[in-house]
Parts: sequence; structure tokens; C-alpha cells
Amino acid sequence: MSGDLDRAVLFYELHDHYARYAASLDDGPLEQWPDFFTEECRYEIIPRDNFELGFPVAVMRCESRGMLADRVTAVLETMMFEPRYLRHHITDLRIESASAAGAETRANFSIIEVLPDELPRIAMVGHYRDRLERSADGQWRFREKLAIFDSVLVANTIVVPV
Amino acid sequence: MDPIVTPARTPWAASRVDRVPYWLYTDVDVFAREMERVFCGRSWAYVGLTAELPEAGSFKATVIGNRPVVICRNREGELRGFVNRCAHRGVKFCRQRQGRTNRFTCPYHQWTYDLNGALKGVPFQRGVNGQGGMPADFDPAQHGLTPLAVTAHNGVIFASFVHDLESFTDYLGEANQYYFERVFDGRELRVLGYSRQLIRGNWKLMFENIKDPYHASLLHVFLVSFGLFRADQESQVKMDATGRHGLLVSRRGEQKASAATRDMANLREDFALADPRLLDPVREFKDAATVVMQTLWPNLIIQQQSNTLAMRQIQPRDPSSFELSWTFFGYADDDEAMTTRRLRQANLMSASGLVSGDDSEVIKLTQDGLAPWPDETAVLEMGGRDTEDTEHMVTEAAIRAFYRHYREVMAL
Repeated sequence: MSGDLDRAVLFYELHDHYARYAASLDDGPLEQWPDFFTEECRYEIIPRDNFELGFPVAVMRCESRGMLADRVTAVLETMMFEPRYLRHHITDLRIESASAAGAETRANFSIIEVLPDELPRIAMVGHYRDRLERSADGQWRFREKLAIFDSVLVANTIVVPV
Repeated sequence: MDPIVTPARTPWAASRVDRVPYWLYTDVDVFAREMERVFCGRSWAYVGLTAELPEAGSFKATVIGNRPVVICRNREGELRGFVNRCAHRGVKFCRQRQGRTNRFTCPYHQWTYDLNGALKGVPFQRGVNGQGGMPADFDPAQHGLTPLAVTAHNGVIFASFVHDLESFTDYLGEANQYYFERVFDGRELRVLGYSRQLIRGNWKLMFENIKDPYHASLLHVFLVSFGLFRADQESQVKMDATGRHGLLVSRRGEQKASAATRDMANLREDFALADPRLLDPVREFKDAATVVMQTLWPNLIIQQQSNTLAMRQIQPRDPSSFELSWTFFGYADDDEAMTTRRLRQANLMSASGLVSGDDSEVIKLTQDGLAPWPDETAVLEMGGRDTEDTEHMVTEAAIRAFYRHYREVMAL
């Protein structure tokens, strides 16, 4: 990877990937969310204190696109929860390292949650530590995505992935 | 103590536990009395695991009821507990959740306490240049931290504001001791991590939820479809003699419909995981039970569902909210496969639990539904109106038993 234009293209591609990722969670279809990941992958939503203290427990942990799909099925069909709208705001994307085939990134996130009878609230704030790969079809996909959240006291329940 | 009754409020019919008035979940006076009598009364409250306090000087801040406390090991390695409130002006002096220290120093005026809670230093006690200072008769020995009684049993730490309580095992009773020691058999524990939820409902709704096996067969598609906990399985509900502690014990069944499952609209025979590694349980305890949910008065749920083990500490904030603080653990001698299994199964539980998420949501909806109706009552007649142990899970007996003890403790 060399040159300002290459870096700009890379930044655009990754930024676009994150924007579409957020839209899949907020506007759906949620069934498409696993396709943002490689077949074998690591996806964890982990409280910041666990992450910093080296405790491995995550509130959501998936190790394959199949487990991501199972989580989607749970949200759409098996879990009982109060209906809600979400808006994922992914900002401050930083590319830590990149090659033609892969990239390591960090980005901040905040999630605004709206319950039907309540004012909007910030459901979660934190940052991502991600590793992406460019698949054979030319698309970037997450090989690893850690959503480390600062708001360790969760307001009731996290239903939709982060 | 004066009875808590206002003219507008429907009295709680004497000694009935098959009805629970909704003012119990919303009233600030009831909440204040609960903090005094239930949490700070004659009870051993869960405060942590010895694995969290590995050495002399280790400390942990937590709460009993809504009251901040600190648990630590003194120089000799003995467990100590105090109220997290400086004896000077009330500052919550310990600001870290866990750590190691030689002393506790209040940040405000730097009053300093040793690891036994004794006041060891008061800056300017003798004044500055002969001016000011504490009165000559000020006695630091009279101004230590408020101590708690602390006890540990097989790696689990409990504390009490009362210093002449029965032993912890007497407090548990025989059946509860058996199941407690089934998980806490003396092996060294390994903390796997924490999860915290602020649930917008009254704290008692959390206990009711775990003392109620009836709902599990109906609300939780995951439990029902995979036979993890279901009314047609071999199961028991057990209490101690007082009714304050409870046990739901069950054995995993199959994913198939039968005459017994016809009322379970949520049973999905065809439901299959795309990646079944999520649920790959192995037997690891001395008996054939695959799930034991133990509720210990006043603030603890011990969860053993398949291979996911957790302490759920109930921390009331006010009448309409509580923190549910989860500590996931395994054993120091777990191999990597077992640790991975526990971490995968943790998906069922806590803040985004495939199962417990249903509960945190339904607790909020319960509070939302009952709060405007203090004079209405809950109906608790499933399985009869008594408080006896049962050999099935189609019952609310453990909730009734809880309220039998609650009424006594609360003088309500």
C-alpha cells in the first residue's frame, strides 16, 4: 500500500464497510449482518473492565458465521424483549495497519436506543478493535471484532449486536 | 416499629402468601425497611469469592442492599469487612472496585485506616503551629470504620451487619448446604469475568423470577426447545425450613414434543443451531442434575445451568431498580476445552443472555405494569397455596415460601 490515493481509497472502503455494517444492525435486514464477517471469526462484546483485567467473559461471543446467524435467529425469533429502535454511531475510524489483503482498525461507537414510550438514551459507548480481510469477492470482512464497552452497567438488556 | 400502612393502601391480608400487594414493589418506606431488616438484618449477604481476594491487602468494594461496603484481607490474610463510609464525614472512601493496598485513606481529609478498619491517622490532629486540631480527648479508637461480620465457605464470602449470627452452614440448612457444596466443593475457583445490568424493576422480582420454574417452560424458547429446563423433566423445588432460600433442581430432557408439552407454545421441535458448539454441555457434578438454581436470602442467585456457573448478586438501588451483578467462574483445574465451553454457554446468560435477557425484559415490563396499581395484588396459586417442597416444577411454592419469611422479617 503506497501513496495518498491508495490510502484514501482504503479509508473510503473501510469507512463504507462500517457504515453498511451499522445500517444492517439499525435498519436491517439483520439476516445480512453475519455476511460482514469471515466464515471463521471472533466476535465479542466485552465489558471494558473484563478486557483490561484479562477476564475472558463476554456478554456476546461468536466464533463463526454460524454462531452469528444463531444470534440473529434469537433476536428475530426466540428472544422476548421490548421493541426498540437503535442507531449505531461509528466514529473516529483509525487504520492501525493495512495491506492489500488485510487491515487492523479501531473505531469508537455509541448506540442510541429508543424504546417506544421513552426518550432516546445512550445504550452503550465503547470502541472496536477489529481485524479485517479482503475476501475473494473483493469485499472487506471482519475476521475479528471486539466491541469493548465503557458503559459496563448495561441498561436492562442488550438485544441487538453491537 | 409502626406498621407501614397508608389510608389509600389495601392491607396485605394476614399471613397470606398467595397474594402479594403491588405497593410492595413501589413504596419508598417499604424499601427503606427492606434495607434495614432484610439486607442489614439477620442475614449472611454474598459479597464475593475468595479468588477475588488472593493475598494480604487484597480488597473488593461491593454493596449489601444499597449500602457500599469493602471486603479485604488484613496483613495476616484474614477476611475483614467494613462499611465504605469514612467515620469523619461519610465519604465513600474506597473508589476502586478491586485492588491491593496497605491501608485505606479517605480522599477528603486523608483520615487513614488500617486493614482491620482501625483509624490510624488524622492529619492536623494536633493542629498546625499550635492552632486548631482535634480536641485533646478525641479518641481515634472510637472512630474506626463500621465493621461487618465476615465468613467464607469453600471459596465464597458472606458478610453481615449482625455480629451474633448463626454459622453460615446453619443459616443454609441441610438441603441448601448439599447443593451449595455441589458447586463449591472446596476446589479453587477461577473468576472468568463480570457482567452488570441495571434492571428497571423491584429487586424482589428477580428472586421471584428464579424461584418460579413455571415461567421457564413458557417464556424461554431456548430452554424449552433444547430441553435445558422444562416442566416435563424430572425436577424438584426445595426450600429451607424458613422458606428464605430456594432450590430449583432439574435434569435435561430431549427436544421433542409430548402430551406434557402441549401447552408450551414456544417449544420448537425443529429448532437447530447453525453452530451447535454454543451448547455442548458435559456432566461435571456428583449427581445427575443438569441445572440447579439456588436462591440465598438476601441477595444471591447461584446459577449452575449446564456448564455455565455464575453468582448473580442482587443490589437494590431504589424501589424500581436494582443492579444485577454477575460473576462468572470455573475451577482453577478446568482444562482449556472446559473454559471455552463455559465461555460459549455464557451466551445464554447476563446482559445479552439468550435466556436471561427474556427475564430482564419481563421484569421491567412487570414493574411498568404494576407500578400504577399499588392496591392490586399478584396471584400466586400455581401448585396450590402452600409452601411445601415439590417433585415437579409446575408451582410457585418457592415464591410463596420467600414471602412467608419476608413477612416475618419485615413485620408486614
